[in-house]
Amino acid sequence: MAHVELKGIAHSYQSSPASPEDYALHTSDLVWEDGGAYALLGPSGSGKTTLLNIISGLVHPSEGKILFDGRDITGLSTSQRNIAQVFQFPVIYDTMTVFDNLAFPLRNRGVPESKVRERVMQVAELLELTDNLKRRASGLAVDAKQKISLGRGLVRNDVAALLFDEPLTVIDPHVKWKLRLKLKQIRQEFKSTLIYVTHDQAEALTFADQVMVLREGRVVQTGSPTDLFERPAHTFVGHFIGSPGMNLLPCVIDTAGVRVDGHSIPLDPAYIARARSVDGELELGIRPEFVRYEPQMMADYLPVEVTEVEDLGNYRIVTTRLGKQLVKVKVGENVSVATGPGWLSFPPEWTYLYIDGDVLR
Amino acid sequence: MRLTLQNVGKVVNGKTHLYGIDLELESGSFNVLLGPTQAGKTSVLRLMAGLDRPSSGKILEDDNDVTTVGVRKRNVAMVYQEFVNYPSFTIYKNIAAPLRRTKHLSKAEIDVKVRATAEMLHIERLLERLPAELSGGQQQRVALARALVKDAPLLLLDEPLVNLDYKLREELRSEMRQIFSYGTTTVVYAATEPSEALMFGGKTGILDAGRLLQYGPGLEVYHRPVTARVSEIFSDPPINLIGASIGPQGCRLSLNVVFPLADHMRSLSPGDYRVGIRANQIGVVNRSGNGIVIHATVELAEFNGSETYLHARHGDFTMIALLNGVREYALGEAVSLYFDPSRLFVFDVAGELVAGPEWKPYNTKAA
Amino acid sequence: MQKTFDNRAWFLVLPVVLLVAFNALIPLMTVVNYSVQDIFDSTHRLFVGTDWFKEMLRSPRLHNALWRQLIFSGLVLLIEIPLGVLIALMMSKKSGWKTSLTLVLVALPLLIPWNVIGTIWVVFLRPDIGLLGHFIDSVLGISFDYPTVPIEAWISVMLMEVWHWTPLVVLLAYAGLCAIPDAYYQAARIDGASGWAVFRYIQLPKMRGVLTIAILLRFMDSFLIYTEPFVLTGGGPGDSTTFLSIYLVKIALGEFDVGRAGAFSIIYFLIVLAFSYVFYQALQRVGTGEGK
Repeated sequence: MAHVELKGIAHSYQSSPASPEDYALHTSDLVWEDGGAYALLGPSGSGKTTLLNIISGLVHPSEGKILFDGRDITGLSTSQRNIAQVFQFPVIYDTMTVFDNLAFPLRNRGVPESKVRERVMQVAELLELTDNLKRRASGLAVDAKQKISLGRGLVRNDVAALLFDEPLTVIDPHVKWKLRLKLKQIRQEFKSTLIYVTHDQAEALTFADQVMVLREGRVVQTGSPTDLFERPAHTFVGHFIGSPGMNLLPCVIDTAGVRVDGHSIPLDPAYIARARSVDGELELGIRPEFVRYEPQMMADYLPVEVTEVEDLGNYRIVTTRLGKQLVKVKVGENVSVATGPGWLSFPPEWTYLYIDGDVLR
Repeated sequence: MRLTLQNVGKVVNGKTHLYGIDLELESGSFNVLLGPTQAGKTSVLRLMAGLDRPSSGKILEDDNDVTTVGVRKRNVAMVYQEFVNYPSFTIYKNIAAPLRRTKHLSKAEIDVKVRATAEMLHIERLLERLPAELSGGQQQRVALARALVKDAPLLLLDEPLVNLDYKLREELRSEMRQIFSYGTTTVVYAATEPSEALMFGGKTGILDAGRLLQYGPGLEVYHRPVTARVSEIFSDPPINLIGASIGPQGCRLSLNVVFPLADHMRSLSPGDYRVGIRANQIGVVNRSGNGIVIHATVELAEFNGSETYLHARHGDFTMIALLNGVREYALGEAVSLYFDPSRLFVFDVAGELVAGPEWKPYNTKAA
Repeated sequence: MQKTFDNRAWFLVLPVVLLVAFNALIPLMTVVNYSVQDIFDSTHRLFVGTDWFKEMLRSPRLHNALWRQLIFSGLVLLIEIPLGVLIALMMSKKSGWKTSLTLVLVALPLLIPWNVIGTIWVVFLRPDIGLLGHFIDSVLGISFDYPTVPIEAWISVMLMEVWHWTPLVVLLAYAGLCAIPDAYYQAARIDGASGWAVFRYIQLPKMRGVLTIAILLRFMDSFLIYTEPFVLTGGGPGDSTTFLSIYLVKIALGEFDVGRAGAFSIIYFLIVLAFSYVFYQALQRVGTGEGK
């Protein structure tokens, strides 16, 4: 229930950072709107956990300020910040019952017992823990335990932000979607600001309205799941999201237009004109889902050689060679593909140019 | 090496872990054992390795009975889920370790082999480091290199990629695919993900609750699952299994949807069945034009990056549709889902496949 | 497949049987042998059945020694366990040379042999030349004379025991504390738990395993205490520090009464066994299942 803002935040785990490489998090201004569901997505070492720890107060940033609803809380400790957090492994108090576990944060704050009861019952209901309230928490399955950890965050209805640190890591794959669904429902019922850290694209995209993709201590794109998939702002986002990731082909611009290994790719002339005015390494990016494949020659299609067809059941991944460049194409189960010559087209609406990694708009 | 399991069973403390498994793996074949957790995959691998002895049945290597031969006397290599390396050895020594123990090779010969294997797995620059200094993906590459350098006729892999991030998994998978494509080693790879079984292009055995349900070329098992259970295990997201009855008016699903029989269903006698439709065959547009519509409400849209798993409820049945790309839906939103009856699997009440969609084994190589 | 039986397999068990025999059974049987006979010399002996046992069980000296022992061991646990946990709680959990140094310093008493400890303290506590004894006696002006005042002898033995063995409890408790993942502390801070609540609901339950071991070890060890009172006062003044082992040695060697000593040994052994079992069961029950 707070608007979280980081101003000029940077962090280094070294006491006197000398070069930019010493920073785990580079200077950035970031905002999480009140009541939004956010994910911080990135590979290990991208700075996402540092960022989460800065918000929760476990890490004191080397530079910058943290504002909750405009109030500077940089100097406040974790317990003073009024946040809740769910960790990678379920944290439960072994000797307590499920009820006492859920009641713990309220009792510590001196909430009257009748009110405690009411809140605990409400949260237990939502998390489907009602039947287990009298049981000792240590005897439960790991997904139930993780629900208890989550529940302890939810019983306090005044938290500024609820933070999640890869909470589904230890959950069995086939139970995951049920917990994801639970989290989605919680999103609707509890209007607090939710921040979810993960390296798993499926979790980030499923959970969040807005996903911040981090790489080497920088946020490279913030956007909705659709944005990240359909309009990656950075080659890293194109590569990291989606499997297989985006095709990224080095290209040049000459008088005729964009060329990949000698093959001219038809794109909007205005877009090409903009690319001409900027310097830097140029790459053409298109997702395998958007490349069109034809077994026969078609107008405006490029000749390629199909080198490999991987049938994954739901779809097939076709690896083709355009000149020296490899282009992956995703085709449906019902399309027939064989190795040998084939034809591709890159629809202009799904084809982007990247300059030194950043998308050209 | 041809590996044969004859009616192999395993009982531990009165609990049956494996029931009479018959399996013959051809020399140089790539085999995936696919099954949910606790299906018995690890038990089978341990028996194949000689780490455990079967409670009943026989294990043959080529024509030699090795049922009672322990792991030290068999020539097998194994890779585990966990990244198992010698912590105090450099990567070089780690990879060289199996060669020093089992074969009489000169230092120079070992060196050549270690470097070649390291190069194949792209860890040639890490040879002087210790395992603890490497990332998880690199550590698993070392474990793989150690297994490969041995050149054992039997290589067993127990979900080797399960503890890696998905991008690394993707990378290592496609590399392994190439490494194994020109080996003479018989490989057995335990997996829980259907796509892994298909990706390597070999044969697939479906294991469930200690029983081998089906074994054959991966794509054939995928398209011709002998039972409903096989189709469940071999589908991700899970196949939609719906109660159905066939009568004079056509096929009636328990969802109160009635449609005329597709060609492959015409020979079925009237009665109760279960139909299965894979998630990728359910769409939000009527692409084929003869799709049957089901009206449902959205429960959850999961995105795995490139696709959307749409969980939608009709009555008290939740269906899963696999949609290409990222499609955002609000919880409770109404959707129309379409499926083509010609893509239905039909199982009888006992779960046996009685009719399946048309499928011909095809050759991906051009004629 | 038929199961095959092969009696040669018994040979595989042989080494263990031999080891256990030489290690435990044969010495124990010697003691049993002594305890049921009255031995006059190497050729004359008389089977007396359970007479020695009956006599020893009725012996007021044994009763007194047993009570003394129980009070002593009880006090040892009451002091060492909380003190050890307290010290462990105060030690830094961050790794670094300071932590390593602290650990070494804490563990130092454990490395000193028993009788050396006795000698150190005997000198240390003497009012005339001992640093501590002189300090208490002259500087603080409290008369301190352990060889003649029973309570002061007691305090001295206790001091030696606590000084010698609390470090073990510290090390075990410290290991237990270090094994608690950071997330627990973070979660507790977020839940607004007080320092006491963190101890009561996180640290104590997570240390249960190591503390069980600490309590068992310290109980058994202190129950068998011998060297310290022996070196200090030889069990005196009077019988005031004559604990069970001292008493046992007095009978066995002092009076060369091997029959009584044998019976006593077995009773002693059974008492230790019984107490350890009760402790173990009780500690297992604490905080595991009864809430179901």
